[in-house]
Amino acid sequence: MTATRRTTIRINGVSTTHEVEPRLLLVHYLRDVVGLTGTHIGCETSVCGACTVMLNGAAVKSCTVLTVQADGGEVLTIEGLAQGEELHPLQEAFWECHGLQCGYCTPGMILSAYQLLMRSPEPTEEEIRHGIEGNLCRCTGYQHIVDSVQHAARQMRSRR
Amino acid sequence: MPVSRLVGARVKRREDPRLVRGLAHYVDDIRLADTLHAAILRSPHAHAHIKSIRVEEASKVPGVVAVVTGRDVREKIGMVPVAAQNPTLRVPPHTVLAVDKVCFVGEGVAAVVARDRYAAQDALDLIQVDYEPLPVVSDPEKALDPASPVIHSEWPDNTAFRWGLKQGNLDRAFRDAHRIVKQRLVHQRLAPIAMEGRGVLARYLPGEEELTVWSSTQIPHLLKTQLSLMLRLPENRVRVIAPEVGGGFGSKLNVYAEEALVAYLSQKLNRPVKWIEERRENIQATIHGRGQVGEVEVAVKKDGTILGLRYRAIADIGAYHQLLTPGIPPLTGLMLSGAYKIPCISMEVTGVFTNKMSTDAYRGSGRPEATFVVERIMDRVAQELGIDPVKIRQKNFPQRKDFPFKTATGLVYDSGNYRAALNKALKLAGYERLRREQKRLRNQGTYLGIGLSTYVEISGMGPSSAMPAGGWESGTVRVEPTGKITVLTGTSPHGQGQETSFAQIVADELGVDLDDIKVIHGDTAVVTSGIGTFGSRATAVGGTAVVQAAVRVKEKARRIAANLLEVDPVDLVFSGGKFSVKGVPKKGVSIQEIALEAHLATRLPKRMEPGLSATAFFEPANFTFPFGTHICVVEVDPKNGGVAVKKYIAVDDCGKVINPLLVDGQIQGGIAQGLGQALFEEVMYDEEGQLLTGSLMDYALPKAEDLPRLELARTETPTPVNPLGVKGVGEAGTIGSTPAVVNAVIDALAPFGVVHIDMPLKPEKIWRLCQGKEATK
Repeated sequence: MTATRRTTIRINGVSTTHEVEPRLLLVHYLRDVVGLTGTHIGCETSVCGACTVMLNGAAVKSCTVLTVQADGGEVLTIEGLAQGEELHPLQEAFWECHGLQCGYCTPGMILSAYQLLMRSPEPTEEEIRHGIEGNLCRCTGYQHIVDSVQHAARQMRSRR
Repeated sequence: MPVSRLVGARVKRREDPRLVRGLAHYVDDIRLADTLHAAILRSPHAHAHIKSIRVEEASKVPGVVAVVTGRDVREKIGMVPVAAQNPTLRVPPHTVLAVDKVCFVGEGVAAVVARDRYAAQDALDLIQVDYEPLPVVSDPEKALDPASPVIHSEWPDNTAFRWGLKQGNLDRAFRDAHRIVKQRLVHQRLAPIAMEGRGVLARYLPGEEELTVWSSTQIPHLLKTQLSLMLRLPENRVRVIAPEVGGGFGSKLNVYAEEALVAYLSQKLNRPVKWIEERRENIQATIHGRGQVGEVEVAVKKDGTILGLRYRAIADIGAYHQLLTPGIPPLTGLMLSGAYKIPCISMEVTGVFTNKMSTDAYRGSGRPEATFVVERIMDRVAQELGIDPVKIRQKNFPQRKDFPFKTATGLVYDSGNYRAALNKALKLAGYERLRREQKRLRNQGTYLGIGLSTYVEISGMGPSSAMPAGGWESGTVRVEPTGKITVLTGTSPHGQGQETSFAQIVADELGVDLDDIKVIHGDTAVVTSGIGTFGSRATAVGGTAVVQAAVRVKEKARRIAANLLEVDPVDLVFSGGKFSVKGVPKKGVSIQEIALEAHLATRLPKRMEPGLSATAFFEPANFTFPFGTHICVVEVDPKNGGVAVKKYIAVDDCGKVINPLLVDGQIQGGIAQGLGQALFEEVMYDEEGQLLTGSLMDYALPKAEDLPRLELARTETPTPVNPLGVKGVGEAGTIGSTPAVVNAVIDALAPFGVVHIDMPLKPEKIWRLCQGKEATK
């Protein structure tokens, strides 16, 4: 047992503080300590993107971030994306366009797309395919995911 | 069926809101108080004696509750089962943890159970295993060499089984042939890679004497039976729950060592125990697909008519059988007629043991191999005879009047119109124009390739007589006292969307809103009976059981309604969820009102049982045979061997379509996997049996950027095998696509004299083939 370190992170707008082992991965902290199990683990090597969350405004793969690295930071997980009962346009779009099948990659995929649309509100298909390259999906063949991101982009532009 | 409102409509999935919000529960998301975590020590050797295992240091790690080895559990847990039968089958003992010897990299050797996964992992590092390495057999073709080491010393060689079929006078066909065309083909090993790996959570309640196992499985009911046998627990004390399952593709159509081991540990320790597979373990110790190498030869007439086909193959079994391992290569044999009239067919396959993980069912399971054999050799024949690949296919198609069409392999294809699907695809692709374009570009040094695959596959599995553990399915429709409808299905969807499509079917049948229906699956304590989801069977078999149950509910409701309205049942009409008296539309009762009466049970017809529910079992009389044409257009760069997929057309016929959105999703995902096999994916072991592709950094899964936009279309030829007319669509994309892509690349390289390349078509292979060769125009 190693010494623990007091760590405070604001997750989906709520501040949490815990004593954590320095080696504890952020994804395990989110899932096992905070109880937010919407963030998944798919490869443990930063390849598949199932564990993608927003950390201080950038998409990161939480399976290779230490919890202590996020100390003092702000995390957005899939559970924090909807406003109460109202889904985020990306969540609506993935539903509308059948952008998911088994759903396991979906939270990470949506958060990667969230970053993409923050940076580029009107992405081309090519830009979307490049933008989600760090997220693997084995079910959909990505086509409906691309459609979902385009659909969400349109919705978000029309709301502005 | 009544006039449809929802069947055939693009209905958004009812499973999605929980998934897009991160609120679904996969195995690792289920939290039980006092849960312990298991981790498994796996062999780093492909073949070795275990001389000793020392666990003392590991046991001392704070938080560790137990450490067990194969020796500790071998008397407690039965063997990992194999269900597929074959009279020549050799079944080596397959214990849940290795006892004296390990036979592949990744085989479980010991397990640690600890307070949390970090402590369990710490302890794994401290287990000391003394191995004595043994000679390794990695290459399946070398495994039968008498000089090769024998993996299982009970037998004189590495043969696992033999299987064959032979129909027609092949000797005469080959004697009479204008030409004989041969090709050696390799169907490389693939890893299914469901994004959620396997996972097991088990809880044993000693007072109730009840074991509950949550497992990421496609077959909860079959797993329940097998676990009760392996753990020697009465089956009525075992409950299996498949919660949200993050993809399967056949890899979870199995019974794994870890499922029994974790269940045993929870019983032994009186605490819930959880094991979650890591990706490295997933590639080492979850089944692989394909792994077949063979030689096909066909006898052809001058005009391209195929007279006969022979295929001899070796199937790379791995070190042990898993549930269906020996059942996969025969599926290749059965489908060797492809979409063609071939009067004489033979297949001989030898399954061989190698020091590798087992092969078993991966999306398509034996049929992609058959389709690849047939579609590749059709192109080879076309090339040898100088006939267009379209013409050679048309020449050998059975005609519409030939259906039901009996193949030389003994199958009866239910229905089909292969020419219509081909014509539609040719039109969408602009085939003639593409050929002209190809010629023009070749002259400019740009190498376009056009590849076809006119596939047929076998789905809707059933019937039971052809299955190792039943091919039927059960469905229950229950109208609750408040009128809400609960549907239970024995299928176990894990991404396919049957919570939606089955609700569509029931909503139409009973004239109710989708929102009033809830489809439940995957819990053996709730769903009485079932087989599971695999073999593109869920809708064709499970959906039919559900609709039959709904029809029975409706018939009972009619009799209750007649009693309430004091008319004869035949004088009632059913519309919009309501029975009303013919000619008096205002005089009626709704299904909801009838449901309440059925439960109050005071105004029921004499001798009628209370309640409003029915369970139906559907046993299909035959398989179904989806088909279609895929056309792939690629551009190959001989300077660097790169392949760019420029266009992909898929015309698929899966019979009647319940929900086009779901069908498109299945086809698109299926094509991505088939294209992955053609271009990228390969599980590689070296000669020492070391896994070279042990993570997603090394195993090349297709990414969004690697895939083109797919153009999909359909023809619709209903099957007579079930009343819904549906054939199945889960595997068609994977089966149809691989040869289309490979044929396209080889077509592109025709000017370089290339006639075949083994998959995956990596740039390096292509570049080497083109080196030093001038292109002919």
